[in-house]
Amino acid sequence: MQEPTKPRLAVWKFASCDGCQLSLLDCEDELLQLADTIDIAYFMEASSRQVAGPYDLSLVEGSITTTEDALRIREVRAQSRALVTIGACATAGGIQALRNFADVEEFTAVVYAHPQYIATLATSTPISAHVPVDFELQGCPINKRQLLEVISAFLHRRPPQVPPHSVCVECKIRGNVCVWVAHGTPCMGPVTHAGCGAICPTYNRGCYSCYGPKENPNTESLCHWWREELGAERVTIIENLRNFNAAAPAFERESRRQASTGNQEQADGQD
Amino acid sequence: MARTKTIKVDYLARVEGEGALYIRYDDGGVHDVKLKIFEPPRFFEGFLRGRDYLEAPDITARICGICPVAYQMSSLHAIEDALGLAPTPELRALRRLIYCGEWIESHSLHIYMLHAPDFLGYESAVAMAKDHPQIVQDGLAIKKAGNALVSLLGGREIHPINVRVGGFYRVPVRAELEPLRQQLLRARDLAVEGVRWAASLSFPKFERAAADQYEFVALSHPNEYPMNEGRIVSTRGLDIPVQAYDAHFREEHIEYSNALHSTLVERGAYFVGPMARYNLNYDSLSPLVQETAEDVGFPPFCANPFKSIVVRSLEVLYAFDEALRIIDNYQQPQQAYLETKPRESHGCAATEAPRGLLYHSYGIDDKGKITDARIVAPTSQNQKTIEDDLRHMLPQYLHLPEDRLQAQCEQAIRNYDPCISCSTHFLQLHLEHAGGNSGGNDG
Repeated sequence: MQEPTKPRLAVWKFASCDGCQLSLLDCEDELLQLADTIDIAYFMEASSRQVAGPYDLSLVEGSITTTEDALRIREVRAQSRALVTIGACATAGGIQALRNFADVEEFTAVVYAHPQYIATLATSTPISAHVPVDFELQGCPINKRQLLEVISAFLHRRPPQVPPHSVCVECKIRGNVCVWVAHGTPCMGPVTHAGCGAICPTYNRGCYSCYGPKENPNTESLCHWWREELGAERVTIIENLRNFNAAAPAFERESRRQASTGNQEQADGQD
Repeated sequence: MARTKTIKVDYLARVEGEGALYIRYDDGGVHDVKLKIFEPPRFFEGFLRGRDYLEAPDITARICGICPVAYQMSSLHAIEDALGLAPTPELRALRRLIYCGEWIESHSLHIYMLHAPDFLGYESAVAMAKDHPQIVQDGLAIKKAGNALVSLLGGREIHPINVRVGGFYRVPVRAELEPLRQQLLRARDLAVEGVRWAASLSFPKFERAAADQYEFVALSHPNEYPMNEGRIVSTRGLDIPVQAYDAHFREEHIEYSNALHSTLVERGAYFVGPMARYNLNYDSLSPLVQETAEDVGFPPFCANPFKSIVVRSLEVLYAFDEALRIIDNYQQPQQAYLETKPRESHGCAATEAPRGLLYHSYGIDDKGKITDARIVAPTSQNQKTIEDDLRHMLPQYLHLPEDRLQAQCEQAIRNYDPCISCSTHFLQLHLEHAGGNSGGNDG
């Protein structure tokens, strides 16, 4: 008798560091069991087997930075019943979205001697800018427990349990002393999506928001307090908004506001 | 008339990142070999300009999810070189400890999940696990121990958050290391078995002719197997301080690749990574590693890249042994990090990433903002050697059916554990058998 068909999983890579898909291989205790339950039909980093679509679930890592990739993501979407982005690149454009704030031609020349060989777009954009996305798992890198939860949820057609609250909540759960209140360390925790387990404050440093904005963040207020209470320089605020989730709307809006206010102050000679 | 054929692999599996292979050949020989890196460029050197020097370890980690610690280490040391800062021996030992964790993670991923399926004829480790469950499970347990080590010291296994210019944000207290020590002890036993297993595989015979010998390049340190520091040495007499890197190495931009090719000035291609380290530093390996190598009959010098899986296994064993030595001698540093003060300066450093020499250099201004950054990843240094290997290897395999030939080529590339995300700066595989599947008649 034929075995019942297992749900098919595909893992796709666009511009990225491979760290989020590695999270799946880092599930050392679950990987073989997972492979018994689902058919890992396409996962180039782990297997040379390539089963054609359609797929029940596609996990997408990386951002769109080339015209070829902008077409490829459409093909991926067309073959996928559910599409979930994994990580800051796929969800918010990643660190490479810093090009969105600068002149990409200048970057190309800095890195490459013959910029004419390089075909790249002027922007790095999240997957949702190109195709409908069913769920976005944030983090740079993602948390592998959350990844397993998301895979399980989609294969059982239930909503994933990934709390959208801030890192502060995780800090309280861990029983950490607040690095901001106790030590005056600037921390992005209040506006940052939970999931990492508040590791930076646990290791005596401020959060730098590698998980990107939480649900409804009050980024403007946070930046105000960084400046007023902690005396943070504007350039430091901008650096913290513009790192791994620079193009996430809540951070991009505020970093542009900070930059233009800074420029204005400089022009007025007030700073 | 010789018919020209091509071997094209549009997307290489079981390597990190996006690369392709293109080979054009006929009965007369191999005409063209291109290891193409099509992974889109991400311009790290460009956007590091203007960023704060304290951010360099966090930002450069994102070049590669497989070896972030290597990027953190090279960037830290380069910036500390610029600032004239030397970490205390206790901090230095902790950095070596976290690096051991990354070597274990990264090598065991490659040995058991990416490379082993080539030797045993499977498409993946998951498929291999059905017939060889023990070796896959042991491999995963070894990898897990490496991850546990990086997580404890770094906060998490991928993109650790705890390393800092000047030291660490937080250093562990002794008691935290004890459970880890137990896990490492168990995994070290598995790693010995891992060496035995790797040495028992059957390897394609491949030695370069005398005129085409590899030039192996690695760091070398008088007192220890190289990780975070040392002079750059080679099997052809190179022996320079890292500061002289630019005078001896050159990066070229090749049209078909988004990774820059590195060459040794006036000598050409060279070979970095575990085999280079092993061949140049065998004497610095711990007694357990040397005994295990002798036990399985593995020589102190090896020039068959297909046997790199054995060398990687020996390095995994070394990393466990060294990590345990560091833990047993652990003295908690008095300060987690040395205070740093930016000044206008320039510095560089090279460390031994799992895949080989990783060079970083930075300029910093008096406010601590980065004025220029240069990063040379191991895979871009090996790219030319990989292509040369395919060129030398192919003639003896042309009798094979095309699918076997292609598999052999892919295995030869995986010998180097190429990390394409790292080298992009940019990788893609096409084999062209002149006149064959591409319909070309240029042979």
